[in-house]
Amino acid sequence: MDAALFSSILFATVVAGTPLIIVALGLLVSERAGVLNLGAEGMMAMGAVAAFAVTHSTGNPWLGVLAGLTAGMGTALIHGVLCLSLQANQVAAGLAVAIFGVGLSAFVGKPFESVALPAVPPIRIPFIADIPLIGEALYNQQALVYFSWALFWAVLWFLARSRAGLVLRAVGEAPASAHAIGYPVILIRYLAVLFGGAMAGIGGAFLSVFYTPMWMEGMVAGRGWIALALVVFATWRPLRVMVGAYLFGGVMITQLFIQGSGLQIDFPAQFLSSLPYWATIVVLVLISRNPNAIRLNSPASLGKPFRPEQ
Amino acid sequence: MTEASAAVRLRLQGIRKVYPGVVANDDIDLSVSAGEIHAVLGENGAGKSTLMKMIYGVSRPSAGEIHWEGRRVDIASPAQARALGIGMVFQHFSLFETLTVTENVALALPDKPALDELASRIEAVSARYGLPVDPRRHVHALSVGERQRVEIIRCLLQDPKLLIMDEPTSVLTPPAVRKLFDTLRQLAAEGCSILYISHKLDEIQALCHTATVLRGGRVSGHCRPAEETPQSMARLMIGGELPVCEHSPADGRGELRLRLAGLSHASADPFGTDLRDIHLDVHAGEIVGIAGVSGNGQQELLQAISGEETIAEKFPVQICGVEAGRLNAARRRRLGLCFVPEERLGRGAVPSMSLADNAVLTAARNAALVRGGFLAYTRARRFASECIERFNVRCGGPQAVARSLSGGNLQKFIIGREILQTPRLLVCAQPTWGVDVGAAAFIRQAIIDLRNRGCAVLVISEELDELFEICDRIAVLAKGRLSPVRPIGETSIEDIGVWMSGMWPGAEGSGGEDDRAAA
Repeated sequence: MDAALFSSILFATVVAGTPLIIVALGLLVSERAGVLNLGAEGMMAMGAVAAFAVTHSTGNPWLGVLAGLTAGMGTALIHGVLCLSLQANQVAAGLAVAIFGVGLSAFVGKPFESVALPAVPPIRIPFIADIPLIGEALYNQQALVYFSWALFWAVLWFLARSRAGLVLRAVGEAPASAHAIGYPVILIRYLAVLFGGAMAGIGGAFLSVFYTPMWMEGMVAGRGWIALALVVFATWRPLRVMVGAYLFGGVMITQLFIQGSGLQIDFPAQFLSSLPYWATIVVLVLISRNPNAIRLNSPASLGKPFRPEQ
Repeated sequence: MTEASAAVRLRLQGIRKVYPGVVANDDIDLSVSAGEIHAVLGENGAGKSTLMKMIYGVSRPSAGEIHWEGRRVDIASPAQARALGIGMVFQHFSLFETLTVTENVALALPDKPALDELASRIEAVSARYGLPVDPRRHVHALSVGERQRVEIIRCLLQDPKLLIMDEPTSVLTPPAVRKLFDTLRQLAAEGCSILYISHKLDEIQALCHTATVLRGGRVSGHCRPAEETPQSMARLMIGGELPVCEHSPADGRGELRLRLAGLSHASADPFGTDLRDIHLDVHAGEIVGIAGVSGNGQQELLQAISGEETIAEKFPVQICGVEAGRLNAARRRRLGLCFVPEERLGRGAVPSMSLADNAVLTAARNAALVRGGFLAYTRARRFASECIERFNVRCGGPQAVARSLSGGNLQKFIIGREILQTPRLLVCAQPTWGVDVGAAAFIRQAIIDLRNRGCAVLVISEELDELFEICDRIAVLAKGRLSPVRPIGETSIEDIGVWMSGMWPGAEGSGGEDDRAAA
């Protein structure tokens, strides 16, 4: 493989993995607090359409990202009210939010179909972007790519080192105990859900404003579901989410290159298209099968409603 | 005590708590002064925990007033209770399994200490009060006894003005209980008030200045334990005489039912205790007790006997003459083994399932509750009803959900469920942990009666009084090793208490080694 091809595959891999990382890390925080949010797909779609609409009318992609964040949070708030205030079943509420978000985004986005946005130029980091082979691919990227890396470190630090992260993990582990020693379980879960929604919204904004600067119904294309699966198969650990997201992106891009290269191969194209999904799952399952580690990282109260005793 | 002159720290007046369909507390008056150790005595379901939860702000009274240091307060949350200076050690632990000891403690402290510094503070308190625990370990790897130490340490680090202790001694060795009492007396002498919930009358007499007795959600009397007899306090508590077990010496040994022949097994838990070369025989018609503080291999031994954990070779575990080391739990049950685990909810019973369904779980085969692969509902209900009736389980009938029963009643049900299967060998862990006097006596009597009918019984318990009341022979499990087995008449609580720290005649390193049980 020549250097230019490698560089472009690496570049495309990072771009493909970025929305997954942002969304999955948001979901990870929400799940660590004990709230399963199956609505990620809908929150991403709402974020994508809001970001596109605002960017299109203001010409400012950053206002677009802000709009995407807000739309994602707004959609997550519905999930929060259903599950946390009304104690609805989290699976059912999440599925409803996913369908609702996808549907509403299609409706709201009708006027914006077949409109294109100008591409947002990447940000080149001086000096390190000159590193041969990987410099161009990694350090001449969209700002949200750098954001995803910062988010990774922030989430890692938050969960492992900060007191707020400790409280969040405690709430996800045993909400009744957290309540008994005086933590506002419902409030903390709301914040976690809203954070998850905000990240899903940003992930959606990345798709419609930066990745393919256009809006199309169904453009999220299952990425919300993949992010959800990544969190579980990564056993709620940020580093593994990152590995999984790039693995998925890498296999996806590589098989697209192979399919597009006109190489004569004996595999059916459908097999190649399915490759990223099961390769990611197989790898994550293999690296995450230590039962002790799973026990230490999986939030025990995930998906269970909590009602503070009166 | 000079509580007449000392400031009243906490006063409850006419407290009432109504849950849908139940009056849990009614018209409760209670007052505690600075430096007073006040016992709250009562059977399970008498409303002690409900009352404590209201003082600690977990729930709020339906009526009545709480006065704190002379001022009427409305305690809306545990955080507010802690801000007032109220600390609580829960009976059902409020710990987070996947967090470390230090993290658990940090969560309850308002001053947000650095974790490293906190770890050394924990070590200091744990050394000072004789509550040994490693701050770096994860809570899920700790035994029940160790978890309780974490709860106590967590409270002590908050320098409380009022400490609520809910059955704190049930998992401590006698020397550790004495040390804890020294600690509590010291705290009281420093001006801290203590609300001490217990059903152990001798402890209340040894420790507490005053007592409030609850029965059926109401105050049945106030007293000074030192001026009472256990009988008079028991009468206030249960409205009758203290039940006594009838225990006649075993009449000769029957056939061998359980043999552990050099059982060694590495713990599945990386923080657990490995079992080392354990030899034990249990015969039909005798009760053998294993004393020791939990965390010394109790869980591992139970799992190796019950079949929850199979072992590499067949011969070290022999049940009714069959080498059963590699058999799973169901196969071992078929050999005549019945088993009462330590955790009532989650291991002994499925919390969200009805009693009838829970009966099916272990008695399906022995009581023929399944026919041709289908559940025999009528039989299961009848079996559960019989168990409820014969073992005096207070509940809403066979369809009651396991979680809705009080600890004592659920334990009676679980023990009854096993006994009704007419086991050849019964293994019980902590049969009366957190169970009130009446239910505990009932359970002990049921175990003795089972022995009299020719069953072999192995009881693993941390309560020495209980073991000495029911056992024919006794041994100690410490650091994964089993002491020699002694007939109960040839030893004493004091001797066994010493053995619990791993120092029995001929024990490896006896005398020198630092130990965790007695420290």
